[in-house]
Amino acid sequence: MLTKRIIPCLDIKDGRTVKGVNFINLRDAGDPVELAQRYTEEGADELVFLDISASEEKRKTLANLIRDIAQAIDIPFTVGGGINAMDDVGILLDNGADKVSINSAAVRRPALISDVANRFGTQCVVVAIDAKQISAEWIVHLVGGKVPTERKLFTWAQEAVDRGAGELLFTSMDHDGTKQGFANTALRQLSETVTVPVIASGGAGTMQHFIDTFVEGYADAALAASVFHFKEISIPDLKNELRLHKIPMR
Amino acid sequence: MSVAIIDYGAGNIQSIRFALERLGVSATLSSDPETIQSASHVIFPGVGEASSAMTKLKSTQLHTLIPELTQPVLGICLGMQLMCNSSEEGNTTGLGVFDTEVVRFSTTRNVPHMGWNEVKGSGVLFEKIPNHSHFYLVHSYYAIPNINTVGHCLYDINFAAAMAKKNFYGTQFHPEKSGAMGAQLLQNFLSL
Repeated sequence: MLTKRIIPCLDIKDGRTVKGVNFINLRDAGDPVELAQRYTEEGADELVFLDISASEEKRKTLANLIRDIAQAIDIPFTVGGGINAMDDVGILLDNGADKVSINSAAVRRPALISDVANRFGTQCVVVAIDAKQISAEWIVHLVGGKVPTERKLFTWAQEAVDRGAGELLFTSMDHDGTKQGFANTALRQLSETVTVPVIASGGAGTMQHFIDTFVEGYADAALAASVFHFKEISIPDLKNELRLHKIPMR
Repeated sequence: MSVAIIDYGAGNIQSIRFALERLGVSATLSSDPETIQSASHVIFPGVGEASSAMTKLKSTQLHTLIPELTQPVLGICLGMQLMCNSSEEGNTTGLGVFDTEVVRFSTTRNVPHMGWNEVKGSGVLFEKIPNHSHFYLVHSYYAIPNINTVGHCLYDINFAAAMAKKNFYGTQFHPEKSGAMGAQLLQNFLSL
């Protein structure tokens, strides 16, 4: 049986792992390669690295870091943050990333999704969507959640899939950093709307939250950062708990 | 041991190289027929679209070279699919090593089939690998089970997750991304 995936997310800034609470107030959480190895050994199914430094100079550092990570770990990983062009994608994949996560650039220029999918395959295209609920509508936001757009979550998600997204990473900005659980109602609707896997992101605080997002949110994978970085939840314990609740785990 | 990874412009070849390095084996990326022919083991990787991959293989005559190789050859993911008779993806013919067809998943479930799934495997590739071990897969097309199938996987339907025929082997999953069990499978291949 295809298992549900547990995905630690490592926010990278200047070569270190950090985690924002509601996208601000960064705290240092360690060396990315060491953390990646630790999570791999603990049974993480995949990893996501989001580069939030994004200056041109820092992006070269990122390519080297990706290479170090690819050499060190033997599970798939996605890299995102500041990807604007085909060249950005090529560099990351050439250095060993399995997938790239495209966010703001896809909203600004949706053709980027199809360009990347046509050139490198849909399997490597993750479209990340940050959204916030504003008077009953889920509104897509850009630039780490700072800038609202005209786009709505479900129509944008469908367009992204039509253009070649192989997977969606949905972060509810209302839930992110709160540790009060994932946005399961929206996740469920999203999973029922699209035919590609959906990664739930934002709000993980307890093991029950993971159970809920798989059972109620129909998520294919659940992503979290600080609960793993600060050892509030251990991945082996989490996977055991999920197995007890009949959720298929590797 | 000299391992050649066939380079025909397919994506993410580095991962395979790094996985072999973790096993202490340094591999050569090559599109040169002589280098490939003289290698002790050949890995035929691939992610991407089948018909454009076939076009690339044909442009360098690799499509005639690969089926004639006599050393152990391992096709991974699209590599394995291209070793079949044909693929629905872009309606292309394949290399005709494995006697089967590659077709698209027709399911109400998600496509691509992405993540870790159980593989029931047998034979030399799966030595020291417990049955029903999980491997990482990401694909929208699959090979129909056939006489060459040595690994089965279920995603609504049963598909060929691994195949073997004479010196040719193939896995739909990515051993280079499948943790310890994937490393064991690569080790098994290198031991052939």
